[in-house]
This record gives sequence, C-alpha cells and structure tokens, in this order.
Amino acid sequence: MTQKTVLFDKHQVAGARMVDFGGWDMPVNYGSQKDEHHAVRNNAGMFDVSHMTIVDLSGERTQEFLRYLLANDVARLEIPGKALYSCMLNESGGVIDDLIVYFFASSNFRLVVNAATRDKDLAWIRQHAEGYDVRVNERIDLAMIAVQGPNARELAAPLIDELWRADALALKPFTAMYAGEFFVARTGYTGEDGWEIVMPNASAAAAWEQLLAAGVAPCGLGARDTLRLEAAMNLYGNDMDESVSPLESGLGWTVAWDPADRAFIGRAALEAEAAAGGLRRVVGLLLEGTGVLRGGQKVIVDGVGEGEITSGGYSPTIERSIALARVPAGAYERAKVDIRGKLKDVRIVATPFVRNGKIRIEI
Amino acid sequence: MSEMPGDLEYTKEHEWLRREDDGSVTVGITDHAQAQLGDLVYVELPEIDQELEAEGEMAVVESVKAASDVYAPVSGVVVAVNHDLTDDPESINTDPYGDGWIVRIQPSDDLDSADLMSPDEYQAMLDELDA
Repeated sequence: MTQKTVLFDKHQVAGARMVDFGGWDMPVNYGSQKDEHHAVRNNAGMFDVSHMTIVDLSGERTQEFLRYLLANDVARLEIPGKALYSCMLNESGGVIDDLIVYFFASSNFRLVVNAATRDKDLAWIRQHAEGYDVRVNERIDLAMIAVQGPNARELAAPLIDELWRADALALKPFTAMYAGEFFVARTGYTGEDGWEIVMPNASAAAAWEQLLAAGVAPCGLGARDTLRLEAAMNLYGNDMDESVSPLESGLGWTVAWDPADRAFIGRAALEAEAAAGGLRRVVGLLLEGTGVLRGGQKVIVDGVGEGEITSGGYSPTIERSIALARVPAGAYERAKVDIRGKLKDVRIVATPFVRNGKIRIEI
Repeated sequence: MSEMPGDLEYTKEHEWLRREDDGSVTVGITDHAQAQLGDLVYVELPEIDQELEAEGEMAVVESVKAASDVYAPVSGVVVAVNHDLTDDPESINTDPYGDGWIVRIQPSDDLDSADLMSPDEYQAMLDELDA
C-alpha cells in the first residue's frame, strides 16, 4: 500500500506517470522528462517533495545532541535560519542517511531526511535523543514544494505574504526563514537557484495551482534525477548507503574533524579508515562515444583496478552520458566502462558537470 | 490511450511488425512501449546480415530512465537498420510506427507460425495490463 501526498490529485490531473518511490506514489514525469529538465535549467520547474520527512527537534540540549548524531558540526551554524548538509553515520562509519539540518536556536533545529529511509532514521534519532531529553517531532502536517531554476524565486515570490516577501527574496544560499505559515529555504537538489517551500498540507494545492498559473513547469522524479546527477549531488541508496563511509562516497567535505574532541557517532571508524589510506574515491565520468552509462556498470582502470558506477544516465544539458563512479585510489584520467559486454572509453572529469545552467566540464 | 495502426501485428513484448511486399518484415516498438520508456536517448542497432532468433535480443533502446531490450519477433536475417535513429532516437517517441522503425528482417520461417497478435488482441492485452 503506497502513500499519497496531498498533491496526488494535482499530479493525476496533470497526466503524471506515477511510480512507487520509497513507499510513496510519486510522479516520475508528466510529459517529456527532457523538457522538464530544461525547464529547470532555463526557467523554473516545481517538484512535489512532500514525501520527504521533516523532523523538528527541540530541547535545551538539542545542539549538543546533533553534534553527537551528525558527522558535520551544527556548531558551525551561528545565524538563525542557516542550513547544513550532513551525513548521519552508524558506529562503523556507514551512512544511515544524508540530510539537511536547519538551525534556529541551540534548542531548536529542523531536519529534512529521505522518505525511503524514514523508519530507520526516526528509530535511530529517537534512540539517541532519549539521553539528551530532546523532543523528536515528525511533521506529517506539512507539505513541501521545491521550486527550482534561474527564475524560480521571482515566480514563486507572490506565494509569500508581502510582509515577508522582500526578506525571502534576500535569503542567502543555504538559508531559510519562516514567512507566516510558510517556511522558505534557498536550497535544492538541481544545481540551480530556487526555494524549497514547506507549508501546511491544507495550503499545498493552492500554492501548486498558483505556481502552475505563473508558468512554473511541474517536474517529476525523472528530471529530478538527471538534474541532481548533472549537479553531481549524491542520491542515498545509489551513491552511498550503510556499507560505505562518506570518505568513500565523495562526501569527505561534509565530515567536520575539528574540533578533535567532538565524539560524533562513527568518528572512530572514519579515523581508522582515513589512517589506513588507499580510500576509493568518487569521480565524474563522461562517456566519449554514444551509449548510456548506468548504475552498477563496471569501471576498469588499466593497471590500477576496477570500480563501479553508482549513478549514471543521459545528461540532457550536455547531450552525452555522464556518471558518478566509485573507483580505486590513484591519479588517472581515463578508464573503460563495461556496457553490456562492450568496453567503452570514458574520461574522468571534475564535478559538477553542470551548475547554474552552464556546462562546467570540457566536452 | 495508445495509438495502434490496424495493418500491423504485435508481440507480447510490445514490438510491432509490418509485412512488406518483398517478403521482409519491418519491426519497431509500439506507442505504448515508447510512452512507458519516456524520452529515448540511444539505440543500439544490430548489424546488417546478422542472424536473429525469434524472441532473442535484437536491439537495445535506452531512455532517460532505463535501458530496455528489443526482441526479434521472428527468426531471420537483418536486411536493413534505421541508421537515422543514431542521431535521432527520439523519432521512436514521436513516430513509433513510421520514422521510428528499427530493423527490417528477412524471416527464415513461415510467419504464420510466429507468435503474433492482431491489433484487437494486442489492445486486449494492454487493457488487461491497465486493469
């Protein structure tokens, strides 16, 4: 039995092709997935991300708790509304989930975690929150719409009451604020500017209609995946999971080592792993010829070893196939990928592939 | 509602087949199949003169979402492939029964023994999938 977001009827009316995603019946595309992708790169698109799990944490020791729970350090957040991307690790350094944490006060934070990992995330958070007297409040009363693209904020601004509109438009990247019943965050998962807007379930349908009328294109999970891949943003379950550490998932930058005495969950395992050396790394791949790179395909580096594509696909912006791959340590610029028994040449490129509408790699 | 020409025959794997006057057959994938796949971005074609076995892999179509095998509806030899698909795989989306054709096969067996469906039979199968 799949769950439906409050916008389910809107997706049906718009002719969406629906798919089961983490137990939710979600739109994968409405019409052409490529058109949806280009709408976000060139103008504005919107995604129903109400399936994501919003968790509010409160209590005097909330900051202290999160400094123990998360690999990144929430003490870095000093301005109310500031957001931080972090992994939540198990004791062996494997990634339980990746999430965004918003800071309001040392006693008040908001987490947004993945839908597919909801149950284990909540169990893990609650298990550890107990010792800190932190209240864990899952906000099933809230919906979320991500409006993304170079014109997204301008087109979505009329949703925000005039009282807060100018402040909302002035939000810096990775910062959020309350605007009446709306919570507006300048964050996203596409490599474009935009907002993620959290609102009461009862307000979502009207907001969706208003955005539609403003010319914002409804976009499904399909476009969301090609957009995030071009932006080289990890997808939990594909690019990392509980069997790998952030250090081998291209997420070493999200681990806050300083201060050295902050004993977050998984720290000892990560330190041992880093000390042992020889870590695999995550790189971007560009397919030289035709074809499509896909997750699970083998990457062969002559004289070095083998790796694996964690996410791959066709890039509508570059019009070539790109991928993220976990590969052996070492300096090399070329590799081969086994596509259905044929070895195809790929080039290792610096990511992101695309950012703010522009191709960032040498073609 | 999928478009479905009445002069074609269909397979349970969502390929269509047209009997040509010279005894060969032209093969593609149905409107239903292309809609399921989404925007096509790459087609891997067989070689001319390649021998195909009925229900064996014949081509691969890749969309923005996934790769999918196309099966030979009949045994035979490839006599033509649609090279235009290399630059324009999306013609399978826009014109699956016309410009989006994939191969032409010279069948080695009697076509009437092949496992093919009439338009009505294929429609009935689609209705059952939707139900």
